Amino acid sequence: METSSVPHKTGRLKFIIGGLLILASVVYLIASSTQASAEYFMTVDELKAKGSSVIDRNLRASGAVIGDTIQYDPATLNLTFTVANVPGDNSEVEAQGGLAKVLHDAVVDPDRARIQVVYNGPKPDMLRDEAQAIMTGHLGADGIFYADELLLKCPTKYEPAVPSQASGE
Amino acid sequence: MLADLGFGLMVLTFVTAIFSAVAAVVGVKKKDPRWIESSRRGMILQLPLVSLVVLVLLYLLVNNHYEVKYVYSVTSLSMPLYLKLTALWGGQAGSLLFWAWLLSIFTTSVMLRNWERDKEFLPWVVVVTSLTMVFFLSLNIFFENPFIRWWSTIGGETAAMFKPVGAVLINPGDGTGLNPLLRHPGMIIHPPMLYLGFVAFIIPFAFAVAALITGRTDDRWIRITRRWTLWAWLFLSIGLVLGARWAYDVLGWGGYWGWDPVEIAAFMPWLTGTAFLHSVMIQEKRGMLKQWNMLLIILTYDLVIFGTFLTRSGVLSSVHAFAQSAIGPMFFSFIGLTFIVSVGLLMHRWNELKSENPMTSVLSREALFLLNNLLFMGILIVCFWGVIFPLISELATGQKVTVGPPFYERATAPLFASLMVLMALAPLAAWGHSTIKTLGKAIWKPALLAVVIPVVVLFAGIRNFAALIGFFLVALVIFVTIYEIWRGSMARHKKHKEGLLTSLMKLVARNRRRYGGYIIHISMVLMAIGILGIEIFQTQTQGTIPQGSSLTLDNYTVTFDSVAQFDTAGGRNVTRAVLSVYEDGKFVGQVFPRRDYYYESQQPMTIPGLRSNLKDDLYVILVDWQPISAVGATFKIYKNPLVNWLWIGAIVFIAGMFIAAWPDNKPIKQEIRRSRMVQVPGTVK
Repeated sequence: METSSVPHKTGRLKFIIGGLLILASVVYLIASSTQASAEYFMTVDELKAKGSSVIDRNLRASGAVIGDTIQYDPATLNLTFTVANVPGDNSEVEAQGGLAKVLHDAVVDPDRARIQVVYNGPKPDMLRDEAQAIMTGHLGADGIFYADELLLKCPTKYEPAVPSQASGE
Repeated sequence: MLADLGFGLMVLTFVTAIFSAVAAVVGVKKKDPRWIESSRRGMILQLPLVSLVVLVLLYLLVNNHYEVKYVYSVTSLSMPLYLKLTALWGGQAGSLLFWAWLLSIFTTSVMLRNWERDKEFLPWVVVVTSLTMVFFLSLNIFFENPFIRWWSTIGGETAAMFKPVGAVLINPGDGTGLNPLLRHPGMIIHPPMLYLGFVAFIIPFAFAVAALITGRTDDRWIRITRRWTLWAWLFLSIGLVLGARWAYDVLGWGGYWGWDPVEIAAFMPWLTGTAFLHSVMIQEKRGMLKQWNMLLIILTYDLVIFGTFLTRSGVLSSVHAFAQSAIGPMFFSFIGLTFIVSVGLLMHRWNELKSENPMTSVLSREALFLLNNLLFMGILIVCFWGVIFPLISELATGQKVTVGPPFYERATAPLFASLMVLMALAPLAAWGHSTIKTLGKAIWKPALLAVVIPVVVLFAGIRNFAALIGFFLVALVIFVTIYEIWRGSMARHKKHKEGLLTSLMKLVARNRRRYGGYIIHISMVLMAIGILGIEIFQTQTQGTIPQGSSLTLDNYTVTFDSVAQFDTAGGRNVTRAVLSVYEDGKFVGQVFPRRDYYYESQQPMTIPGLRSNLKDDLYVILVDWQPISAVGATFKIYKNPLVNWLWIGAIVFIAGMFIAAWPDNKPIKQEIRRSRMVQVPGTVK
């Protein structure tokens, strides 16, 4: 940045080269790390559509958890459940009436694309019907999503809606 | 109605803030000190006003006024008093108000300083701080009003500030309560600490802008705000560490930092702030890097605003969600506007901010400081890239691609390592000119000693290359720093014929910023020990075992003794397991992992059982439990080597910070010290 303050040509050159080297290494670090750890965000629909072409990629998918399908074996920590497609785009979610409604609609609609998820590990506290699951992992050749990481979001957790039981008492 | 009073006072504060900004500008235009004095008093008046607003909200929170939506959403009958008080910053509306209140406290204390020497700065400091205040209050008034109430109308229930026609106030009787995850002590102090840090950075920014507008571009603005910067940095750092500790204690995933967008949002102003803290020294000592310092404080200010937004918007699922929140566009407009105006001012003064001295030697202390700055900016760019990458990729390819923690770890590790090298080199480098020879002569003894550490570690059977490098750098920084302090004390000891300890005390007292800084360097590498330990050497196992059985992880064996379930105060059901820990076959204690279930919010919370010492942490999570089955309970066990050094480093850090930032008794001393500083590097032969 301050290379302009160096009057001597050679001194100045040293600083310019040094600065460029640092810049180049930061760019290299970013580029190579991005490539090594990029995760492709996909909806269930997209996973179904792309199928085998994304099998080796790091994927991040999200869907609405269908409560009845949750199976958990505490002995082996094997957890399986099925998620239904929800839009990946937030403006779409909002347009369809907000996250809670979108998740509900996805779960009750039998025609939605669904995918089975397998995860090994402790069952997350918030895994329940109509929660949004965000899975990181890869798609197996068998069409099952193998998750290495599992995040749950419940739409009711943050902003409260109008108090439903509220009455004039 | 109290809520109306709170809202009215809020509007009054808002109007006062607008008045202050206008009066300051009028005062400058008319060259009339009375207008400026009036604007100053307007700023001071905001403190009692906004304090009353806060008091009203606290009153509503404490007294269960659930007809107020904010109170309803963050408190409940079963919450103890202290949690109801801290619910002030438990939600978005309240924390924005809290932010404005902190800003008002800081601004008032600045307004009450002696302005005799800096009269020309005053109106512009008023303008910057009051406009920031106006911005936050307008969010509270127009978008996130903490005083909105529930009303029952013919069309249904609604939340509004003012009574809709024919509506009746609803009191739901009880609130939903604060998210149990946020009821941890770390999470109660974490937001205010972070906010103190955030808000304190507004003050140096205000002075920087004042310097740009008035053209008084010497280092006066830096000298006035030096301590503000230090305290801001201290609080921001404590806030970050508390957040990490909270994650470690409550989230139950065995980690402390997940490179989450929220964390990064709080980390980014820390990066620019740290760079700023270093580079202002170059301006003070050498009259260099002036334009750069301006840019850094502008960036810090806007990253603070950005961080405030991100950490409190509640819509953090993806980068995409930013604009979804009602206040998103407001924030982005404000950030864009302040950035453009500040950078415009900087361009306007660009030539006046030229360096007074040329940078000649690549190994001089100022060059190393510049390098340090570039590395911090490098880390900032990595973080920023990680946050905006999903947007870019989606715009470019239509495919949303995100990067996770491995990206940040891989990209920042070499940069952090380089910073450690600098921490070892810079204290030994001279101002103006250093060569490899002078530097080598100063460093070879501690470096030789530092090599011993990785060799020992290697013989202990550790073959991880990154860890060996890391431990070498940690040792190098510690040895160089101790060596420097020891040399300084010895020099005094010989010269003044004092006791060695007296010499040490006086050495530090005479130049607290420098030696406080050294202690902070040591604290940073102590934290690095913890990070290296948990990142590289964490091991884990999991399994379901019946009572009386054991799980083994490395040299630890954990036996499942019993489990009990009971209700406690605060609407909580606790399942608590007792496990005995054996290290190398020897009984060393018990751990008590817990699962708390909160009835009202229907949310469980996993609290690990922890056995912690300087060597490692055994971190046991109760995953699942079958009441009447022979299967027993499921546990997940982590061994986190050395992680305690992370927290120890944080405590050392605070100590170093107090040494560096505690106010001087005699301000005149600063001038004397300054001339002494210039001579100090001469001792590096």
